[in-house]
Amino acid sequence: MLVSRNWLREWVAVDVPVQELADSLSLAGLEVAGVEEYAPLSSKIVVGRVVGVEAHPRSSKLKLCVVDAGRKRPLKIVCGAPNVRRGILTAVALIGAELPRGRKIAKTRVRDIVSSGMLCSTAELGLDDDAAGVVELDASARPGTTLNEHLDLADQVLDVELTPNRGDCLCISGVATEVAVLHGAALKGPRLKPVKALSRRRVPIDIEAPGDCPRYAGRVIEDVDLAARAPDWIRERLRKSGLRSISLAVDVTNYVMLELGQPLHAFDLDKLERGIVVRHARAGESLELLDGHRIEIPSGTLLIADHARAVALAGIMGGADTAISATTTNVLLESAYFRAGALRSRALGLKTDASHRFERHVDPESQVAALHRATELLTAAGGGRPGPILNACSRRHLPARKPITLRRRRIATLLGTDVPARQVERILKRLRMKVRAQQHGWRVTAPSNRRDIQGEHDLIEEVARIFGYDKIVEHAPNATPAGGLTREARLPERRFKTFLVDRDYHEAICYSFVDPVLQALLDPRRPPIALENPIASDMAVLRTSLWPGLLTALGRNYRRQRRRIRLFETGHVFHGGKSGHREKHLVAAVCTGPPFPTHWSEHARDADFFDVKGDVEGLLALSGRGGAYRFAADRHPALHPGQAARVSRGGDAVGWVGALHPSIRRKLDIEQPVYLFELELERLSESRVPRFESVSRFPSTGRDLSIVVAEDVPAHEVERVIRAAGGKRLVELELFDLYRGPGVPGGHKSLSYALTLQDSLRNLTDTEIEETMERVLSAVRGRLNGNLRT
Amino acid sequence: MTQSAPESLRALARESLAAVESALDLNELESIRVYYLGRKGRVTERLKTISTLPPAQRREFGRVVNDLKRTLAETIGRRREALASDAIEARLDSERVDVTLPGKRVARGALHPVSRTIARIREIFSGLGFDVAEGPELEDDYHNFEALNIPPDHPARAMMDTFYVDRRWVLRTHTSPVQIRYMRQHSPPLQVIAPGRVYRRDSDVTHSPMFHQVEGLAVGEGVNFGHLKGVLVHFLREFFETDLKVRFRPSYFPFTEPSAEVDVSCIFCAGKSCAVCKRTGWIEILGSGMVHPEVFRHVGYDYETYTGYAFGVGVERLAMLRYGVDDLRLFFDNDAGFLRQFQ
Repeated sequence: MLVSRNWLREWVAVDVPVQELADSLSLAGLEVAGVEEYAPLSSKIVVGRVVGVEAHPRSSKLKLCVVDAGRKRPLKIVCGAPNVRRGILTAVALIGAELPRGRKIAKTRVRDIVSSGMLCSTAELGLDDDAAGVVELDASARPGTTLNEHLDLADQVLDVELTPNRGDCLCISGVATEVAVLHGAALKGPRLKPVKALSRRRVPIDIEAPGDCPRYAGRVIEDVDLAARAPDWIRERLRKSGLRSISLAVDVTNYVMLELGQPLHAFDLDKLERGIVVRHARAGESLELLDGHRIEIPSGTLLIADHARAVALAGIMGGADTAISATTTNVLLESAYFRAGALRSRALGLKTDASHRFERHVDPESQVAALHRATELLTAAGGGRPGPILNACSRRHLPARKPITLRRRRIATLLGTDVPARQVERILKRLRMKVRAQQHGWRVTAPSNRRDIQGEHDLIEEVARIFGYDKIVEHAPNATPAGGLTREARLPERRFKTFLVDRDYHEAICYSFVDPVLQALLDPRRPPIALENPIASDMAVLRTSLWPGLLTALGRNYRRQRRRIRLFETGHVFHGGKSGHREKHLVAAVCTGPPFPTHWSEHARDADFFDVKGDVEGLLALSGRGGAYRFAADRHPALHPGQAARVSRGGDAVGWVGALHPSIRRKLDIEQPVYLFELELERLSESRVPRFESVSRFPSTGRDLSIVVAEDVPAHEVERVIRAAGGKRLVELELFDLYRGPGVPGGHKSLSYALTLQDSLRNLTDTEIEETMERVLSAVRGRLNGNLRT
Repeated sequence: MTQSAPESLRALARESLAAVESALDLNELESIRVYYLGRKGRVTERLKTISTLPPAQRREFGRVVNDLKRTLAETIGRRREALASDAIEARLDSERVDVTLPGKRVARGALHPVSRTIARIREIFSGLGFDVAEGPELEDDYHNFEALNIPPDHPARAMMDTFYVDRRWVLRTHTSPVQIRYMRQHSPPLQVIAPGRVYRRDSDVTHSPMFHQVEGLAVGEGVNFGHLKGVLVHFLREFFETDLKVRFRPSYFPFTEPSAEVDVSCIFCAGKSCAVCKRTGWIEILGSGMVHPEVFRHVGYDYETYTGYAFGVGVERLAMLRYGVDDLRLFFDNDAGFLRQFQ
């Protein structure tokens, strides 16, 4: 909402510096986003009347004008504007005047004729961009008066950003009310007086939807000259409010809307079929709007119709058929109150100044006053005979204004500061509330334009914001520890992040919506949830995996010439259909390039599966139960078929680790292997509280064991068998060599383990050690079909 | 060695002591020791000749040889120590490294600045006894809007351009629905923060379709606006580690009443006037207010007994101000050169 300071002064006399005014509004909840200065024009730009026009002897386009600019003698000025004609009032830049863009006016010869000044267009005056002709001023302009004075040009315009609850301030009178309260000034405003009817012309109004339209007021004005122009002061105020001047009818209705907050509409009365019907749209209705668009009206939309068809979308926009045109002479002005929730401007994709106000509650008592004001302005410029005020109204559907009980103690409870009772009363009264004292507080009735005041808490906010938030005393935070917030056996997400950061991964944050094509490539088995209104086609579906985002980020870094890239992310993915979807919290990483940064003492090497598996094992080990997880070779559409492992714990899937499938890698234009993993954080987070067991003080014995098993026996199976056979005495088991080659038959591999044997209660005898080793070996033979390597 | 000792013994003494002194390493010294003092060493052999002497000389001879033996052993001992220490010196010298060469450091990655900021916020509020809660990002209309006093067609819905999955499900536009879920699961008194991703259908230089918020909520008997002010002032001063000024401005959120927008004095120009604060000296930093009775009604709390405050902070905004990041889009570009800076 743009608020002209000059216009505001008409309503309330507050003469503080503009920044002080802006700050006072901001601190009362009407945020002033900026103040625009309208600098005055040179005082040598004045009103002039063209009293004579002659042809220029040497040019067919130029004219020689005689202009009365309030001087003793008329000025001779050469002008080429097509609209220059005898009798018009226009802007004259006298000799010595400086135009806004720096141009200085001097006495010049234009094709041998001396020109003592210049007639200006609005563009030349910097008022707008209309350069088609010279300014034409209205009849109130007096030759010789500065343009500054005539148009009240010097001004400051406040850009007030209003929150949606303050529909009452979407007009000058509303903002003026706030200013009056904040600065202790009286609200005055122009004298708004009823305009008497001069005709008896009525139009029947039927409200068939009184719930959505409790009041529909109207007024006919006959024989009005709509070709007349709105006066300059209206046009200038519209300009400073960010609206263009269009026509008398539009300018006047806009002006009244900006002044009083009540949107109005003007119909060409002669094009209406019998009268007005306010109803909901039926199936199949359509309407060509003022802006030329034809829309199919969804059934149930609130309409203004006549007895033949829809003529306007209620509160949003009028129809083209019944709009004011050059031939209109009889007008029906509409001034209605629509329920805020009744409009569907957002669903229709039509936002207008009118709908913006109706959706934020207009004053249900302002319709008739607005009609009078519009009649006054319209007839002053265009004449005509106004008919009686038509006021169709369903009182019981109008919003009720119930008194609200305000308890003094409740103010202190909510604010934590005691506002003196007299101050509470004064604030509320200045806000035009009816206040009646009663025991322990007041009965308060809010004015009809303050629909946001619904309960005691709203009144307390009013008191607080006028009292000043800065005067509410701060209370030191008291740390009351909430119980049961920490569980030792639960790892926080932060722990996993720290681990990966310490393992040289950078944390990425990728969008939760991804490219459906890339995701289908990486996770074809899961149909994603699509957005109804995505912002771009490559951000159209919710991610089912963290890989699409991470690989996109990896690809982007790769294209920026980085060859060693390590990224991880934690976040939600979305599985399942729309109904019954589940969000899972995952951790995932992608990496490419050497596993370690180059070091002078070592040969650089490329990463392999076991580097990234090591990272995964490290994450799993954070739980203190790393051994509970299993890796099994399996197939995944995104992974290299020979380097892919499914991770599980006790039969529950935990995630995947592997190399990115080379064909997918090529599609992403990455020319080196990429390794990646993805794990469910939930399944990693269950840790344990350590339980002490006594440490054995008896010596341990080491034994090595090299066995040969078939290639397809998984290593973890070998380990499991050895541990089971070794029993409690086998306290450590380490694989220290993997060998294939001479001495080991084809299709087989040799695994060498270091076993540590120890008893917690006594020394182990040689016999016991040999027995244990024998048991292990026979289990290897029996369970794994393995053999001792010879 | 006495003059009375035979010349041959004195010669042996001179020779052996000279040999010991000239030994160059521990091996040579050991050979010399064996040569003179070993079981068949020359000094040892000399002692064995004692029986061939007349008894009168034996005593004197024995004393002289034993003296030699002891002196020699002591000399060898001293020489050994000297040689051992030389050997160590030599070895240490050969083991010398250039200590200025780079170590085998483990390279470190970095937390994303948004994570880092959230961690910091959590830490500050943990110190005040706040619990931490999370909620789903795909929310239903009820939790995202209705229960927060934003009925259909409410103008506030237009303030938050929403991503829809269908009529019922939306990507949450704020972390406020976590308030509802948390209040349903707990009873007052409670205080909690809820960090997380939020989504708005808006994308330009200053808007990202996804960003992060931290929601805060405290409910109890006698919780008032003064507490809200106290907690937020404490938080902001802790977060920016400076004694900045904090300003509370009336505002509007459907789920709080009274509502307040919170500004801090510009941390770049200390409130004087600069481009960051658009010459106002103030930076808008978060929204807050007292929980609206309608919200309590939805979770079944009695508004007469309990009151509460709530607030919501934009994490990217805090991170930008804290770390001087000047472009919002950098947060989601995931360029390693950007991420590395937050080590």
